[in-house]
Amino acid sequence: MNRYTRRTLALEMLMIAVAVAFAFPVYVLVNLAFRAPSDTSSPIAPTRSPTWGNFLQAWQEGGLGGALINSVLVTTVSVLIVLAVSSLAAYPLARSTAHWSRGAFLLIMLGLVLPFQLAALPLYQTVRDLGLLGSVWSLVLFYSGLQVPFTTFLYAGFLRALPRDFEEAATIDGCGPLTAFRYVILPMLKPITVTALVLNAVSVWNDFFTPLLYLSGSDQQTMPVAVAGFVGQFVSDWNLIFAALLISIVPVLAVYLALQRSIINGFAGGLKG
Amino acid sequence: MKRFSAPRAHAAPPWWFTAPAMLLFAFVVLIPSARGVYYAFTDWDGLDPDFAFIGLDNFTAMADDPDALQAIWHTLLIAVAITVLQNGLGLLLALGVNTAIKSRNLLRVLLFAPAVVAQIVTAYLWRNLLGPDGAVNSLLAGLGLDSWQQNWLGDPDLALWMIVLVVVWQYAGYSMVIFIAGLQSIPKEFHEAAAIDGTGPVRRFWSVTRPLLAPALTINVMLSVIGGLKLFDQVYGMTGGGPGHATDTISTLIYKDAFTLGEFGYSIALAAVLTVIVAAISASQYTVLNRNEKAAS
Repeated sequence: MNRYTRRTLALEMLMIAVAVAFAFPVYVLVNLAFRAPSDTSSPIAPTRSPTWGNFLQAWQEGGLGGALINSVLVTTVSVLIVLAVSSLAAYPLARSTAHWSRGAFLLIMLGLVLPFQLAALPLYQTVRDLGLLGSVWSLVLFYSGLQVPFTTFLYAGFLRALPRDFEEAATIDGCGPLTAFRYVILPMLKPITVTALVLNAVSVWNDFFTPLLYLSGSDQQTMPVAVAGFVGQFVSDWNLIFAALLISIVPVLAVYLALQRSIINGFAGGLKG
Repeated sequence: MKRFSAPRAHAAPPWWFTAPAMLLFAFVVLIPSARGVYYAFTDWDGLDPDFAFIGLDNFTAMADDPDALQAIWHTLLIAVAITVLQNGLGLLLALGVNTAIKSRNLLRVLLFAPAVVAQIVTAYLWRNLLGPDGAVNSLLAGLGLDSWQQNWLGDPDLALWMIVLVVVWQYAGYSMVIFIAGLQSIPKEFHEAAAIDGTGPVRRFWSVTRPLLAPALTINVMLSVIGGLKLFDQVYGMTGGGPGHATDTISTLIYKDAFTLGEFGYSIALAAVLTVIVAAISASQYTVLNRNEKAAS
């Protein structure tokens, strides 16, 4: 852009100061997570003799290992299902101009406006009657349906902007619709698939309300409910709680830092449809 | 009548491609939502298969229920406050980061980071920071501002604003990222042309940048309004709706009424009210902002 002037330097200092203010809570989080419970000095004073003790105890007593595995399982399986069914559905919805197609698309888009709170309680009853309460598979089923409208919306918008030439050529060459989808359409959908993957994975991984309803009191937990259960158990033992919070954040931040470009672009660009 | 048109291979993909998505969507969203609308007019307790249709009783009861009215008010207040503050701050951050400064990439990654963390986790973190002996009060003491110390979450007049503050802290970077994408889509020539014409930076922002940011603003406002209206995790984690009912939102009240009081019918009636609010606001927002966007472009 422009040259680096004295004003740019001043702006740089200001922005760094703002970033430091934003990071302040994280400093306290790390600072206290490494502090022995017996140390009662000010939360903002650097911890003098850091210890791993809180992390060991939180890991052992919080069932965080199991929760981590469950979160990985639920997120992976449900996001794969959502991407598969939504991309497949978006193909005819974006291409066909028949009445049923427009109607079906509008029906699915209705799901973008309906807050999930409306469906939550009746669905809770269904899940209970199916005997799925306390099972992580209830969550897989839930997210596989809940994320359909948004993901189909992303795919349909992207597909409408794609030329039809390739699939028409494939059809002339004798490809069936499923083969054309698999080998011609799907590869072209890669950019929007990355976006959809990122947005779905973050919202499924972080969701708290649904597992709170479906998994309460069971021994199967995802990370957010395990953390909440931990806080309920160790009420004011904050050094321990902070260690648990930090354990739950580290995998997410590691993935974020490794894939920051795709993740930020996914959030920034994906919503333009 | 088609004449002279080349025979195009119009193999419209078959309808059954939509079937798996439709079935899942119907099972998880459509059917339960429809049942929800029906239950809102009943006295269902969540367990008993015998329940009665009671017409508008749940809604008239709501009109006489100070907790419910207060929760609806809090929900609207939170949504508006978050939208204004998060987007205001997000825009300032975007304008600061999207410049010639050297740390811009690092700042973008750092400021966006809170948005990928679970809300319930940041809620517990801040519950401690804002506690009587928490880091915020310690920081104030360290700065010699002892008189500013507060019981931030224990004071009914402050607690709601603290929740707003935490949401803004978590998602200002998210708004920023969308605004940066908007800023980068504005051709440089526009600014150069305006600069050559002798336009100052403020005027340039107002006349060149602002109108072209309309699409980014539309997305940001939609996201923050809807996120604010549905807010649950932050309230649950920071205050549990307290002190008293000072920070209850529609979503926390739905949860409490259903799972601690067993009033499923009433709770679903609250969800129906939330649905109407969300639908009305998204519809009007869509119309207004779309019009602005068209006018601006």
